[in-house]
Amino acid sequence: MSILNIIKRLFGQEKSSPAQSSTPQPIEPTQASTPVEEVKDSIQTAMNEVTDNIIEAAEPNPTPNTNHEDYSMHHVIIGSGPAGVVAAESIRKLDPKAMITLIGDEPEPPYSRMAIPYFLEENITEEGSHLRKTDNHYDNKNINVVRDRVSSINPDDKTVTLESNDSLLNWDKLLIATGSHPISPPIPGLDNPKVSNCWTLEDSRKIVEGVKPGSVVVQIGAGFIGCIILESLVKRGAALTVVEMGDRMVPRMLDQQCGTMLKTWCENKGVTVLTSSQVNSIEDKGKRLLVSVSNGEPIEADFVISATGVRSNTAFLEGSGIKVDEGILVNRHLETNVPDIFAAGDVAQGLDFSTGEYTVQAIQPTASDHGLISSKNMVNPGSAIHQGAVLMNVLATLGLISVSYGLWEGVEGGESAELVDTDNFRYIRLQFDGDKIVGANTLGITQNIGAIRGLIQSKTALGVWKERLMENPLNFMDAYVGVTGGHT
Amino acid sequence: MQKSLYLDADKCTGCKQCELACSFERDGSFNPIKSSIQIFTFHEAGRFVPYTCTQCDDAWCMTACPVDAITINTATGAKEVNEATCVGCKVCTIACPFGTINYNTDTGKVTKCDLCGGDPQCVTACPTDAITYVEADATGFSRMKEWAAKTDNAQSAA
Amino acid sequence: MAWTNKVLRVNLTEGTLRYEPLNQEWVKDYLGQRGLGTRYLVDEVDPEVDALSPENKMIFATGPLTGTAASTSARYSVITKSPLTGAIACSNSGGFFGPELKFAGLDMVIFEGKSPTPVYLYIENDEAKLLPADDIWGKSVWEADEILHKAHHDPQLRVAAVGRAAESGCLYAAIVNDLHRAAGRSGVGTVMASKNLKAIAVRGTKGISNIKDPKRFMASTAQEKEVLAENAVTGTGLPALGTQVLMNVINEIGAMPTRNMQDVQFEGASKISGEAMLEPRESDGKPNLTTNAGCFGCTIACGRISTVDTSHFSVKDKPQYHHNSGGLEYEAAWALGSDTCVDDLDAATYVNFLCNEDGMDPITLGSTIAAAMELFEKGAITTEHTGGVELEFGSPQSLVWCAEQVVAATEFGKDLGLGSKRLCEKYGMPDLSMTVKGQEFPAYDPRGIQGMGLAYATSNRGACHLRGYTVASEVLGIPEKTDPLVSEGKAGLVIAFQDATAAVDSAGLCLFTTFAWGMDNIAPQIDSACEGDWSVERLLEVGERIWNMERDFNLKAGLTGADDNLPKRLLKDVAKTGPAKGRVSELDVMLPEYYELRGWDSTGVPTDDTRQRLSLA
Repeated sequence: MSILNIIKRLFGQEKSSPAQSSTPQPIEPTQASTPVEEVKDSIQTAMNEVTDNIIEAAEPNPTPNTNHEDYSMHHVIIGSGPAGVVAAESIRKLDPKAMITLIGDEPEPPYSRMAIPYFLEENITEEGSHLRKTDNHYDNKNINVVRDRVSSINPDDKTVTLESNDSLLNWDKLLIATGSHPISPPIPGLDNPKVSNCWTLEDSRKIVEGVKPGSVVVQIGAGFIGCIILESLVKRGAALTVVEMGDRMVPRMLDQQCGTMLKTWCENKGVTVLTSSQVNSIEDKGKRLLVSVSNGEPIEADFVISATGVRSNTAFLEGSGIKVDEGILVNRHLETNVPDIFAAGDVAQGLDFSTGEYTVQAIQPTASDHGLISSKNMVNPGSAIHQGAVLMNVLATLGLISVSYGLWEGVEGGESAELVDTDNFRYIRLQFDGDKIVGANTLGITQNIGAIRGLIQSKTALGVWKERLMENPLNFMDAYVGVTGGHT
Repeated sequence: MQKSLYLDADKCTGCKQCELACSFERDGSFNPIKSSIQIFTFHEAGRFVPYTCTQCDDAWCMTACPVDAITINTATGAKEVNEATCVGCKVCTIACPFGTINYNTDTGKVTKCDLCGGDPQCVTACPTDAITYVEADATGFSRMKEWAAKTDNAQSAA
Repeated sequence: MAWTNKVLRVNLTEGTLRYEPLNQEWVKDYLGQRGLGTRYLVDEVDPEVDALSPENKMIFATGPLTGTAASTSARYSVITKSPLTGAIACSNSGGFFGPELKFAGLDMVIFEGKSPTPVYLYIENDEAKLLPADDIWGKSVWEADEILHKAHHDPQLRVAAVGRAAESGCLYAAIVNDLHRAAGRSGVGTVMASKNLKAIAVRGTKGISNIKDPKRFMASTAQEKEVLAENAVTGTGLPALGTQVLMNVINEIGAMPTRNMQDVQFEGASKISGEAMLEPRESDGKPNLTTNAGCFGCTIACGRISTVDTSHFSVKDKPQYHHNSGGLEYEAAWALGSDTCVDDLDAATYVNFLCNEDGMDPITLGSTIAAAMELFEKGAITTEHTGGVELEFGSPQSLVWCAEQVVAATEFGKDLGLGSKRLCEKYGMPDLSMTVKGQEFPAYDPRGIQGMGLAYATSNRGACHLRGYTVASEVLGIPEKTDPLVSEGKAGLVIAFQDATAAVDSAGLCLFTTFAWGMDNIAPQIDSACEGDWSVERLLEVGERIWNMERDFNLKAGLTGADDNLPKRLLKDVAKTGPAKGRVSELDVMLPEYYELRGWDSTGVPTDDTRQRLSLA
């Protein structure tokens, strides 16, 4: 349904007759029938195209098959993060007869790294970080969760080798969702026991142990993870210095203005932030560590956290024949160069919606999308086409929320609308390509924020709203409702 | 049979009674900022547009939630936020392409329309029937049924 | 308890801001908004001060139900001494500004003194500050609204501002909030500008969560909303036609002030009526009315959202008026239409836009233009004064030209900005001013509706329909029908309306609810929201107390019983047509009875007994 028709029908001269409008039509999700519904439907349609083009597959039998001898196909999923878990559940939904094995190498039940900061703040327990909350969730869905590591993939005989006992596991379809690992920058002394990453629950426990009230802590890296754990470290009473190589905070997510405002915010909260700086070495001085930095006095620290970014977990693929660049190369079905082997999440170099290029995004929503789409293609080959994931991040740094979407750095020849309120730590910058929004950065703005994704992903032409947003980009939700409703 | 909110901008006068009813139900206060339904006013066009979550089938918020805090109420079809489970990571707020799930800085959790468990207060409060809660009629019956079956089985993945 | 218990006091002279608790003793006797704000004013302001001097104060006051789920909870009032009348001024407005003040945690804002330079007050919840208004001084309300929204990066900001009319000293300048809702009468905007205060911009997200008995309150307000919905006026007439539902009705009963109140019926009434606003125009096929609109919380939604025909001479070359904005209410349509004999709906709508854009009271503006037309007709004003422009009854060009002169503050425009009393005095024919205490009449000729003559004469803010709307009874039969042509019994009727109105105006509710609600519909809503027992009797006592307090202020300001009067035209010249043909206002019969029933002496002064009974010092 074209937006234009909707506009005409709903808000133009062609208003529905009183008799029609007084008899509400029922809402029906796949084919909306009300004004606002239809407006939303136009976005929904555009969004649907983005993720997949099937759904109409036969309804599953709600009772999964429990007889392993009688399965239709064996789906093996390596990695029990969001991509792996979403895929496993989706496969079960699409094929009640499938055998599903989910292999994870961490001791805990599948959990979310997104929840770790809240665990560190002691807002939640460890259980609170778990991806699924129902007891026996995986048993109920007849998903075999195996704690092990895969040491190699053997495409020729369709097996994987399990590390624990060198046994082989057969598969018909394989999904690699092994995620990513923290980068270890080449800093002497980084292997000291008082240095930790912040990536796994195990890392978190180490931090909880090592950071006490009054501890002097040096954090290497002010990226996404570095920022999101700041609050917990400050709450734990640490005296904190953050060392970031870039010229601002979160340089891979926030533009100059935004990243600089965030730096000021952190400094106002008592955190020392050294940008354009790096840690040269970490020396063990017995009780404490001596951390020397490229521009400043050496810091005597009790604990060092390394959070300098992540890289896809692809080392074990060597010799498998699966092509790897930054991550595993996949096509728009999330399938690798090897038939019946798929990849999803942080390990996959998937299509970026905005650039049309294949990149490792390493973000939660993309992992879920990948999990969903790959699983559909595993069950019904070629049934779901990935239209690309919009890069998006939301980050709370000491209570200040920042967001990035898509091409937040803008495009050549495109305009941008920005609004800077340094006193109140509010910022928004919308990036346009012609009269479409292609990216955004915001700081201190949360209300209706998802509408920006809607406008980006539906590639909505803004018409008169472009100028209005150029004047005041904060009106994005009005623009969203207005442009989809045809208000001029 | 499941019902849905039917929002008719043609009938809206912009009075915000729906926002008051919603914030009172959710927060015990009269405070439009706490409402899950919002009225958008287009002054120059002379339009008032009520807008809220329509419990979309794809439920981007639910899929994006890393900790399973958003689940389907099988009775109403509403995607509901379990506050005890929500860690406040806000991923759902950037994932929802309709902008209808929001972060509440007071509680540190996200909040969205939950159809008030099947008795939407905005509907009761609306003086002009711009917001109604309606069942499928004969023509929409089969599709509604299909959808209901689908949501019944979609407890953990969209 | 529904009040926030917080008052913001702004000393403009010093540039200081201070918070203080709401006076709880006064709350018990005056409820809120009109009553409570006036109580503060009479306590703090010498009634004899020059209204435009720094010694006058100006109070923005909400009511306890403002911002709640009660229907029509949009209201706030501005209380000050009026420069137009020299009497107490209390102007009431709807929209969304009042509730926003409440959500920011404020019951009232009190302005004192005068800022040395133009400023505006910015409030965001508990933070308030005075900021330089250099960017918005000299701008219209609409421009100022836009600039402030941008400056504060907040689409949800609510702004109340004065326009260029107030800045240039127009004595009937309004304070306009939300672009087209106004505290319109008695020149409250003029006072605001005299203090170098251009605007108040407020954002509140704290909400109201201290209702006394939330469950009972929700039940009570829901029940009373039903009453409004089922009532013919509030449920059907007002939403469909707005207050303009009255245009044809009042014209038919021969109470439509026409030609500067020379006539009581206007032959062009139907062309500027609510019904006419629904008719498609020839030019573009669109009706004048786009939609009806509700103020915050209002389940009636009488507001008009209109356009002017873009090919109309008044806006042809002015694209800034080619969109929707606040359309004609009955009072504006009457004053800008029948009183000037202009039956051009577009011209009246355009001038109404100007009133919103630059903050003018359309009643006084229209009546003053009508007076100027009569002065011109009688040769007192000539083309020499107007620079060659003819002022003619029935001429939309004359109407538009005059309104634009006031905005532009030309020499003649400044004369018009004085209001009809001073204008007619200046041009030597004071009897042509249709005013009481210097304020122009609204749209009900007292020769055709006798009770209104008494209501006008005794109104504490000068001629006004919103101080005792006996039209409800005399024309619409609410709460029961009385004969509009009979003066007997009207003294008691006027008093009942005046006291009840004062109570409603103190609650945060809109007076229009009283087409359907009696005090027994209102009292339970207040009682379930507010601390203390709020019975009908107590509310009426509060209303009477407020009325007498206002009267005392006026008496101390130098007004006397002699000011409870009507222009000679309404007392001597008979109605020429219609049901009231041959009649004059019988004020002389009604007034003594009114004084007596009020417990005032024969000169119109409340007796000691009355003051004691009402606990007025």
